[in-house]
Amino acid sequence: MGALFLRDVRLGLRAGGGALVGILFFLAVIAVVPFGVGPDLKLLSRIGAAMLWIGALLATLLGLDRLFQADRDDGSLDLLIMASDRHMLPLTILVKCLAHWTVSVLPLVIASPLLGLFMNMEPAAIGATALTLLVGTPAITLIGAVGAAVAVSLPRGGLLVSVIILPLTIPVLIFGVSASYGAVEDPAPFLAPFLILAAITLFFAVLGPIAAAAALKSSAD
Amino acid sequence: MSDAVSKTGRWIDLANPTRFLSLAGGILPWLGGLTALVLAIGFWMSMNAPDDYQQGSTVKIMFIHVPFAWLSMMCYTIMSIAALGTLVWRHPLADVSAKAAAPIGAVFTALALITGSLWGKPMWGTWWVWDARLTSVFVLFLMYLGIIALTRAMDDPAKSAKATAILTLVGFINIPIIKFSVDWWNTLHQPASVLRMGGSTLDPSYLKPLLVMAIGFTLLFFTLHMMAMRNEIWRRRVTAMRRVAARSADRGTVS
Repeated sequence: MGALFLRDVRLGLRAGGGALVGILFFLAVIAVVPFGVGPDLKLLSRIGAAMLWIGALLATLLGLDRLFQADRDDGSLDLLIMASDRHMLPLTILVKCLAHWTVSVLPLVIASPLLGLFMNMEPAAIGATALTLLVGTPAITLIGAVGAAVAVSLPRGGLLVSVIILPLTIPVLIFGVSASYGAVEDPAPFLAPFLILAAITLFFAVLGPIAAAAALKSSAD
Repeated sequence: MSDAVSKTGRWIDLANPTRFLSLAGGILPWLGGLTALVLAIGFWMSMNAPDDYQQGSTVKIMFIHVPFAWLSMMCYTIMSIAALGTLVWRHPLADVSAKAAAPIGAVFTALALITGSLWGKPMWGTWWVWDARLTSVFVLFLMYLGIIALTRAMDDPAKSAKATAILTLVGFINIPIIKFSVDWWNTLHQPASVLRMGGSTLDPSYLKPLLVMAIGFTLLFFTLHMMAMRNEIWRRRVTAMRRVAARSADRGTVS
């Protein structure tokens, strides 16, 4: 499992991995927002947390179809599925999701404080947004694993994955944004939505790999 | 015990598409007639229901809005059961059922959203608010569209069946969220008033037409569902026959 993790991380970091494209896309989305809503700093600081979350969500969805596609192309996915009597397939998928998250989503989380400065956010809000992104984005990757596994045998599954996954990620977005706002605005609580967000991540850490494993097995035969 | 055996026997009988077709052919005219009758009675009853002292005649939107909303959830539940049927029991008609139900469910969800927004304009003063119930139903609508897109994306029905079934089961999380959204969050949409602990809070003059309309639309759903399943079976047969014809034509030119 450790070897698989390292292999996926190395593959992702290499030039064709597309990890860099995700960050660039995130940057582009955030840079476009002030053109759309106008350069009003007060307004930007109010919607900043929400914009960071939406940008991160879209950037995460962008890379998801690569999760199993590359392995399917070179045949290693079949080997992983065939090895499922020695290593539980859901566990393998969980490791693959973690590797994918480390390579292509963790940089987004690290870049988010910098982009928060662009949006004229307060330091507390920036910290809270980065923290909620750190806790919430694994859930998006894990939900996305289901979509990527379902669409793996399609020739052009990329857009379809985003379309079928987006409705399921809305709870993550809701609680992530409300926790980020709870840190700065006084009456709204921070801890309650934050804990629900963590619960969603843990829930999908179980459900996502199991469903994805079932989908992969059915796509193989 | 013998009852259970005969029941499973009947389910296995239905696994034969020809038997299903003959059964559907026998039932459909009766089901369709019953649907028209119940809907006509329900329509007449709801036209004669008294106006609300606060809402006036707009309260009558309820008689179609609430059945549409119920059906949008029931259809998804049926699709989830069919998905279980595909994955667990490998019932050959289960994926036909799920595939046929998805567009019907999407239409009912869209109608529930549209009638709800027509009702919301005079009552709440706005076409749309992002409250929990409305948002979760909208998410349900998006999920129906995603499922339809996925079933249409693959040409091999056997392959798309399992993928769609898994996606349907994962999306089933949304159904309890819709049902209890009005209790968990304090929203603009009113809480449940018909099916609840301690009896309905609705006056009988509204409750009776509403129940008749709900039964009528449920019957309509089953009629449409059965027709769509029949179409789907026929469509698959036509595809299979075309393949056979193409193969034999190919052989004819070669020899």
